[in-house]
Amino acid sequence: MSWTKKVLRINLTEGTCTPEPLNMEWTEQFLGQRGLATKYLTEEVPPTTEPLSPENTMYMITGPLTGTMASTAGRYSVVTKSPLTGAVACSNSGGFFGNEMKCAGWDMIILEGKSPTPVYISINDDKAEILPADEIWGKSVWEADEWLHAKHQDPQLRCAVIGVSGEKGVRYAAIINDLHRAAGRSGVGTVMGSKNVKAIALRGSKGVTVNDPKAFFEATTAAKKILAENAVTGEGLPALGTQVLMNVINEMGAQPTRNYKEVSFEGASKISGEAMLEPRESDGKANLTRNGACFACTISCGRISTIDPQHFSIQNRDDLHKSYHANSGGLEYEAAWALGSDTGIDDLDALTYAQFVCNEQGIDPISLGSTIAAAMEMFEEGIITTEDTGGIELNFGNAEAMIKCTELVAIGEGFGLELGQGSARFCAKHGHPELSMTVRGQEFPAYDPRAIQGMGLGYATSNRGACHLRGYTVASEVLGIPVKTDPLETEGKAGLQIAFQNATAAFDSAGICIFTSFAWSLEDVAPQLDAAIEGDWTAERLGEVGERIWNLERLYNEAAGVGASADKLPPRMMTLAANTGPAEGKVSGLDTMLPEYYAERGWSPEGGVTAETKARLGL
Amino acid sequence: MQMSLVIDANKCTGCLQCEMACSYEGEGVFNPTKSRIKIFPFHEEGIFVPYTCTQCDEAWCMHACPVEAIVLNKETGAKEIVNDLCVGCKVCTIACPFGTVNYNADSGKVIKCDLCGGDPECAKACPTDAITYQDANWTGYDKMKDYAAKAIPAN
Repeated sequence: MSWTKKVLRINLTEGTCTPEPLNMEWTEQFLGQRGLATKYLTEEVPPTTEPLSPENTMYMITGPLTGTMASTAGRYSVVTKSPLTGAVACSNSGGFFGNEMKCAGWDMIILEGKSPTPVYISINDDKAEILPADEIWGKSVWEADEWLHAKHQDPQLRCAVIGVSGEKGVRYAAIINDLHRAAGRSGVGTVMGSKNVKAIALRGSKGVTVNDPKAFFEATTAAKKILAENAVTGEGLPALGTQVLMNVINEMGAQPTRNYKEVSFEGASKISGEAMLEPRESDGKANLTRNGACFACTISCGRISTIDPQHFSIQNRDDLHKSYHANSGGLEYEAAWALGSDTGIDDLDALTYAQFVCNEQGIDPISLGSTIAAAMEMFEEGIITTEDTGGIELNFGNAEAMIKCTELVAIGEGFGLELGQGSARFCAKHGHPELSMTVRGQEFPAYDPRAIQGMGLGYATSNRGACHLRGYTVASEVLGIPVKTDPLETEGKAGLQIAFQNATAAFDSAGICIFTSFAWSLEDVAPQLDAAIEGDWTAERLGEVGERIWNLERLYNEAAGVGASADKLPPRMMTLAANTGPAEGKVSGLDTMLPEYYAERGWSPEGGVTAETKARLGL
Repeated sequence: MQMSLVIDANKCTGCLQCEMACSYEGEGVFNPTKSRIKIFPFHEEGIFVPYTCTQCDEAWCMHACPVEAIVLNKETGAKEIVNDLCVGCKVCTIACPFGTVNYNADSGKVIKCDLCGGDPECAKACPTDAITYQDANWTGYDKMKDYAAKAIPAN
């Protein structure tokens, strides 16, 4: 079967690496990855734990399909208590790290305690060591990755690394694996940095097997065919990446612009996926060089890009890593939106440069862009001045200023460290918490809740704070998957959001990418799982697992003090109507949707998980 | 008709489906480290290049083998390892100018591409047709056609 049934528990305080069996009983209830690690977290880390203390624990975990030939099956998740939100954090990444962990014979790596000095973890199949990282502490992800490959003389080493931002306590630091794939949100890199762990370098040679190979090949081959024939996974995403959305969302008036003051951006087409294909004047090349897939992915939405050699961001910059003058991981929609339309910047190369910095130094570009956008609004309103910004003229549309802020957050210095606390803390510090577009302290993603009503309910109830990847009703409200619903209507959105949230929790726990859900339902996932591991896995059971996971996360958040009291959108969403487009005149209908949501979840009218619901789900 | 693997690096996305298909066919396990075909990512150049054995006619590996454990499959043209004969001396891995014959420490034998007996799994698994299995006498067909298409007059 595709579980190794082994966990590597690393106690950094004691300096020990100890194998232990995977709790197979919990896999029956919570599947793997997101669900299973959340179960470990809730059992081992009290909800009141200070996220950046040694008492917090970090789980890097694969799913049952990770490392197999199922499409997109290279995923792993990082679960911990978030320093940005105080809620449960679960960040999912692709690349080639998750499959390598499984290949080395481990389903999960647990980091607990805190090392007295900077270290990295070296894992070569069964052999695990805690090694000194003094030579790479203070270096970027890319520099550390090169050092690790040279040190171990192994070109096939797979590394997950934090940048300087994570060392310095930027609260939305990411963990970057394979140079430009990120466990991006909620500050999982910050937690890793707080433990004095710079990197995990893996090499596995054991391989992964499945329970029923014949059934597995039948199921995975059929599922790949579905992906190839689907308009989103077979055409849109391969052609334009997630940036396929920029023009679509903008044209429907749901493109949050200038810190969510507006709902469409006049410069959207200049920073779109289509723009990334246009040859530029300087060298005749397009921004996009080619697609780069994660492990086992037959969709290949990843972008490999270059920055215009004539662009100001890299002109006369011999100090930069050589990748800035060559190819690296390019823009995806969330980064292009947050660093672009939310800041009013339509300079594609400035955004690509900022994306490279986020990869090089391990930063979540969504939280970064949104926080800069909030600071820009405060600057324009005179709430902060150049005295606060260290001389940066922080106006909307100023690409140089955005880049300067990004570079400062990257190294966690000065004004950058202040921006690195996230928009909620930044705005509160300057006396205007209402200007922070956050839920549970986590910054909004790229869909306006006034123009796509279901997403507003999703942000408000998301267990990891505002997020598009917990219940992507955009699929239904915009793309018509599985059925088209009216984005401006609130009716029926509670049930729709719940269905998406539950299914997503199951996808996130299986070892596959959520993007498959544009084409696959749980009916397509179930036979792949059923062939890979023991037990009977049906779509119905996966739906139950998803609901159980959602409620488990919610219970943890309730106990951590970020339950129902945090199911709120910023006042701007509730009072400032959309100014243009189909949603003109509309605010979020959260007040209508939320009570319906609680009722359909089987929660109390106050939003508490009831004893009946807990009993029904075996929690 | 003899067939050949034809590789077009420009179509490769680096997903490693081929490596998994290969390792499963050869070793019964999903394990890129046991694959006979490898994808080489050239990060800064922004390209992924699949590489495997080209089945040389006068195969260095076959001639170098002291125990005649590498034999020609006349039907497919593949040079195949006879595991019962291979002693794991690794001379073939030195003889191959391209590095496509490699030692497998788990089995104590060498491994190389054998075209899966004429139905290569890598080509079937490739989602972008970067690896195809074509008429060995016409591996240049697609490239020729692309150039021929330049003769089409513009409207």
